[in-house]
Amino acid sequence: MNAATLFGLSGAALVGIGLYGFVTNPEPLRKILAFNLLGSGVFLVFGVVSRRAAASGLGGDPVPQAMVITAIVVAFAATAMAIALVLRLLQETGRSTLGADSPGDTDRVSGNS
Amino acid sequence: MPEANVLPDATTTDGALLVLAIVSPAAGVLLSFVLGGQYAERIAAVLLPSGLFLASIIFVDVWRSGDRLIYIVGDWTPPLGIALRADGLSAAMMMTMAIVICAVAIFALADFGTRAGSAEARAPFAFWILLMAIWGAMNMVFLGGDLFTLYVAIELLTFAAVPLVCLDGRAETLQAALRYLLFALLGSILYLVGTALLYGSYATLDIVLLSRRIHMEPATLVAAALMTIGLFAKTALFPLHLWLPPAHAGAPAAASAVLSAVVVKGSFFIVVRLWFDVMPGMLGPAGAQLFGGLGAAAIVFGSVVALQQQRLKLLIAYSTVAQIGYLFLMFPLALDTVSAELQSSGALTGGMLQAISHATAKAAMFMAAGIIYAVLGHDRIAELGGVARAIPMTIFAFALGGVSLIGLPPSGGFLAKWLLLEAAVATGQWWWAIVMLAGGLFTSGYMFIVLSRAVAPSGEPLKPRVAVPRYQEAAALALALTSLLLGLVAFGPVDILQAGRLESMLVGPR
Amino acid sequence: MTIFAVFDIGLVVLILGIAVSTIAARDAFAAVIGFVVYGLLLSIAWVRLAAVDVALTEAAIGGGMTGMLMLGAVARLRFAGGNDISISLPVRFATAVLCALVAAGLAIAVLSPPDAIPTLAPMVMENLAQSGLGNPVAGVLFVYRALDTLLEKVVLILALLGVWSLAPDSVWGGIPGLRVYARRSSTLTFLAQLLPPVGIVVAIYMCWVGAKEPGGAFQGGTVLAAMWLLVMIAGLKRVPSIGQPWLRPLLVVGPVIFLAIGLAGMVLANAFLAYPPGYAKPLIVAVEVALTLSIGVALGLLAAGPLEQAQQQ
Repeated sequence: MNAATLFGLSGAALVGIGLYGFVTNPEPLRKILAFNLLGSGVFLVFGVVSRRAAASGLGGDPVPQAMVITAIVVAFAATAMAIALVLRLLQETGRSTLGADSPGDTDRVSGNS
Repeated sequence: MPEANVLPDATTTDGALLVLAIVSPAAGVLLSFVLGGQYAERIAAVLLPSGLFLASIIFVDVWRSGDRLIYIVGDWTPPLGIALRADGLSAAMMMTMAIVICAVAIFALADFGTRAGSAEARAPFAFWILLMAIWGAMNMVFLGGDLFTLYVAIELLTFAAVPLVCLDGRAETLQAALRYLLFALLGSILYLVGTALLYGSYATLDIVLLSRRIHMEPATLVAAALMTIGLFAKTALFPLHLWLPPAHAGAPAAASAVLSAVVVKGSFFIVVRLWFDVMPGMLGPAGAQLFGGLGAAAIVFGSVVALQQQRLKLLIAYSTVAQIGYLFLMFPLALDTVSAELQSSGALTGGMLQAISHATAKAAMFMAAGIIYAVLGHDRIAELGGVARAIPMTIFAFALGGVSLIGLPPSGGFLAKWLLLEAAVATGQWWWAIVMLAGGLFTSGYMFIVLSRAVAPSGEPLKPRVAVPRYQEAAALALALTSLLLGLVAFGPVDILQAGRLESMLVGPR
Repeated sequence: MTIFAVFDIGLVVLILGIAVSTIAARDAFAAVIGFVVYGLLLSIAWVRLAAVDVALTEAAIGGGMTGMLMLGAVARLRFAGGNDISISLPVRFATAVLCALVAAGLAIAVLSPPDAIPTLAPMVMENLAQSGLGNPVAGVLFVYRALDTLLEKVVLILALLGVWSLAPDSVWGGIPGLRVYARRSSTLTFLAQLLPPVGIVVAIYMCWVGAKEPGGAFQGGTVLAAMWLLVMIAGLKRVPSIGQPWLRPLLVVGPVIFLAIGLAGMVLANAFLAYPPGYAKPLIVAVEVALTLSIGVALGLLAAGPLEQAQQQ
């Protein structure tokens, strides 16, 4: 097994680990953290795709590398927005939870400008 | 199809229009951001109508020629570069979304209007910029010819849509927005890993090139599955719909209209691109039945829960969950029984028409609900009595939207369901016909509950809490009428949905 | 087995171990600390994958900036009301099975590469000379796939607008709620005085060198952002209110110049986002310089968080 495949497999494992944390951890901040793990696993898959195409005097295919750079910045922006939401929720309610799964028909829900 | 037989893409005459459709919203966002809240509304007031004009030129262009518009960005042809392409589906969807967004903009003048010379206010500043961003992101989704460009487009869409949910800052809406964001992020990261795998197998993400190279192999199957799950989460297809009702019901009325009518169609459109264009032969009968089954479950679940709602906006939001289900019925119905490929047939036309008529009808209904809320100060369905007498035009618009959702003639919903039923009969899949008819009954059920309350006389004459501007009612009614009369496109440009489709490009003109 | 193979296996074991521990940790603070370490290890993995551009981005953004954001959040969430929803064991088990399936699917995909690995690398290199760039990644970002890069800058602006838009109306136009630790730590103040000049030089170098070697606007921008944040946290410079007249022009200058050059390409070259022959490199460098500034300010403000204080008159 070469290094690229090794990192690719660890990327696959990270996706699984991140996904599990994302789904099972009820705290929003921990979900965001798990999302970042999941994301980094996905990025590693790009890395493998790039690395195994090493040729033409290059260490890897630059196209997937460029895509990862774009995606890392997007993931950071997403993290920042999610954390901002968590902090605002904390300010408004003193808690940071996502609430029950069926927010249904309580009187508080719904509204208008 | 051997690649050598097909001419490489080249920019077509008028291809530059596609660049304009993406660049002008982007420029609008940047300009409004830097100039500030006082100007955001004015910039939108110029750009959104010109966007509608642009979409109609592209629409007529594609319809007349029956062929695609193409633009090669940076003069680098795929696979190295990125192509923008407008086929019939893109043109029709762009046109619809431009109409809906313009109507929403008119509606929003009441809530997010900014007086000249006033200080910058938070909500209007954000709203107008986000609205332009959604318009631009949708155009990207419709025109993008590259799966990674589409990834950037749906991220753009997410970042524009989430803040709209919690514009009024109440804790419940912050919670709804956070939940929406988390679902959306999961969706896009799953989509993203699929693009990595596809690139690894084919060294291109260009839709046309991929469609020629793609074949059954493990990485492609895994990619297709993960991308589809991700897009389903973003489209709120049952059982990944949990985020939708609180987000769509809690947002300000104008935002709800955009979210329900426009935004969920973005990820849906990419599902269509993926399965009809990139890999039409890959879904197979089992996959197609699975898609249809999820759609059917969405219809039943969404409708039943909608019937139990006590709040109007939540009822409409659950109705969206149900109506999204209809969009996925077209997959089993479009599957050719002989070749086991998804065909650009009547079922596809029906499915896209369903998306179009739902967009117009649902936007009208959310606007009407917003007006009702403003007039009554609440949206409890049990206490709607007398509202039809106070704001008849709005209730009429709401009812017309319902007519299209139920699928009565001559509405767009009728034509869509007719085409889908026809395909169900033609392919002998009667079970989807039953689902559609049952869905229609459910829809009639919840429409009846709302309308019967609304026309019931109230004990004392109703005193509207605010005077509703005429143009708000007119915007809702105009969209509802559009949806009602959409069925008449059967006599006109409905064949645009088949224009410039990939397989017709490959096998030549039919 | 070579020394590199041993190193790689050790690295992967460490990465996976820390990943599991951040998910499993009871304490959110421990999880965040784990995540920061994880980000740094991951950037080493990127070096091992011969992707230095990505390694720099991952270290700066993935580990550094994200870690800082999380640390700030976890410090404030410490005493927040917890969560009483607990997930039952069967659900956990079902989720675990599902996640294992996803991971297995990806592993199969990784383990079954096509016989002939398809790649665009030769095509990228063949055409790179035209643009005068030496770094193929920069070539992809600014020449072949410039549309994605441009729109991703709009995503950054939108994300920032989204963060700002969460503010209560009373503090609109006010100051982001970045926690400032002035006076508390003299080491911090010392670092905040020492590092920025170095950091700015590094940022300029990264941006400049990005045309031919690893580096570029993203990495340079992140370093700028980090320096700016350091100075603000140490209380040496105040966190600006979002109504400052210089702020928004700086945020959009990068994407606006990029867009303008792109549009000029429709007239001066033969397509949108095409560069006139012979002018590609100077134009791209101009775009990168402007983007470095914009990205730096945008990342800094994203990390500074939602508005919390009204602007003092």
